Amino acid sequence: MNAILRLDGVHTDIAQYHILHGVGFDVPEGGVHVLLGRNGAGKTTTLRTIMGLWRAVGGKVLFRDRDITGMHTSDIARLGVAYVPENMGIFGGLTVEENMRLAAAGGRFDETRLARVFALFPALETFWKKQAFALSGGQKQMLAIARAIIEPRDLILIDEPTKGLAPAIIRNMIAAFREIAAETTILLVEQNFHFASALGNGVTVIEDGRIIHQGMMAELAADEALQTRLLSLSMEAG
Amino acid sequence: MAQGDAKSIIGRLGGVALLPVALAIVALPLTGSFSSWVTLTVAGLAMGMMIFLMASGLSLVFGLMDVLNFGHSAFISFGAFIAASVLAALAGWAQGQSGALNLLAIVLAIGAATAFCAAAGWFFERVIVRPVYGDHLRQILITVGALIVAEQLILAIWGGAPISVPRPAILRGSLVFGDVAIETYRIFAFLLGLAVFVILSLVLNRTRIGLLIRAGVENREMVEALGFRIDHLFIAVFVAGSALAGMGGAMWAGYQGLISGALGSEMLILVFIVVIIGGLGSIEGSLLGAILVGLMGNYVAFLLPKLSLASNMLLMMVVLLWRPYGLLPAVKR
Repeated sequence: MNAILRLDGVHTDIAQYHILHGVGFDVPEGGVHVLLGRNGAGKTTTLRTIMGLWRAVGGKVLFRDRDITGMHTSDIARLGVAYVPENMGIFGGLTVEENMRLAAAGGRFDETRLARVFALFPALETFWKKQAFALSGGQKQMLAIARAIIEPRDLILIDEPTKGLAPAIIRNMIAAFREIAAETTILLVEQNFHFASALGNGVTVIEDGRIIHQGMMAELAADEALQTRLLSLSMEAG
Repeated sequence: MAQGDAKSIIGRLGGVALLPVALAIVALPLTGSFSSWVTLTVAGLAMGMMIFLMASGLSLVFGLMDVLNFGHSAFISFGAFIAASVLAALAGWAQGQSGALNLLAIVLAIGAATAFCAAAGWFFERVIVRPVYGDHLRQILITVGALIVAEQLILAIWGGAPISVPRPAILRGSLVFGDVAIETYRIFAFLLGLAVFVILSLVLNRTRIGLLIRAGVENREMVEALGFRIDHLFIAVFVAGSALAGMGGAMWAGYQGLISGALGSEMLILVFIVVIIGGLGSIEGSLLGAILVGLMGNYVAFLLPKLSLASNMLLMMVVLLWRPYGLLPAVKR
């Protein structure tokens, strides 16, 4: 399968700290690829480096075989890469509609896509004119994901979407992600193994800024010994 | 619980936007006479609007760009001196019998100050501020340095002696209602400030660039991740903020009638108080903060003249204790 995204020996520093030590992995086109790892392993840094929010000091990031290392974040976004950060990046002082409008090309909605977003996340239609800061944590997460899919994207980078969410909301989110993954590629950073294994096709495991495993999620989910060895006890069982 | 109750009561009464009304009501019995109270209130509103002009740009620059620009007061000073020079050059129009020429003179003076400060703002952002984005210490050092250079330039161009700024004839008189006299210039300043507030509000709330600015004030990084170049917004906002500071300086020159090179630095204290009281990046907050500062300054200057500036400092401290992010912050937490 073709890789939509390829990281090749990526090194990233944050201030005086060397966080990524030659990270390399492929994200195949289509489906959900999960980046797993403990707290502080370098998952968020990897996503931010792909998005150009932190600069790689070595190695290459290739998107559809195009070198995007060092490109401006806004240019990477315009290539069709969406980013949902861990803190969701919601503009609390703006309404739900304004948050969505910022992500819509030219500020205009494609009505078909908007209807699909409302079908996935009905709460957004209910609170369309409300300021986003008033939404619950789950609704904010829905808005962050809706913003990423209001336009067609080739790749969506999502950082720990289940963090702090109730199990019922996580179940709804699994269904939504399955539908989104039918039309785009998702690179998902997650600590909730139940959520990750329910969605993931492929998996990459990172530890201390180095890739320690790459393979199929089904194989990892079926091998408890491998899970224990790779993921230790800091991962949530779900 | 008690704080929640207080918030609820304030909300039911109309929220923090009614604070200037509450301040004016408290001042009414203290000032002793209704005519004095009206005069002080109008003066406070006019002063507030001029400070709003100076502060709104700084608030957006602070909020959107996270830049501590102590050089902002240089634009206020340049605005004042350029307006004074234009009014002096157009003295025939400004002091003549024709009301239209009077108005044209002040419009040209304000326009020249605004245009010069817009151009200077562009240069300032490109050359001085751009290299120090994200580094507060260097921002303070370099913008304070630029402010000193600007003040020396003013000294070299206009000299050290205070300059008199005669108001255009049409704005010199007062409108008299019974025993209440309201200076025409104050009404003009109030209306100009109001017009600028309405225009800024429309741009921020009804246009795409305004939406981007409001979003950028909250989360610059996310705006870039949505595909927009925030640095292009930075230039636009910095230029607009500098232009507004120049406009405010020009209006302040006519209000004071006598200006010196220290004008900008003196005003910067009030401008910072307004930005902090109002909340970073908030135009509505800047207006509310400026009106509160204007009213408080005038009432206290009348009642306890020596405590005028201290009263605004106290106001800032109280607001910060009550609402650490200001009265109407742009970023909702």
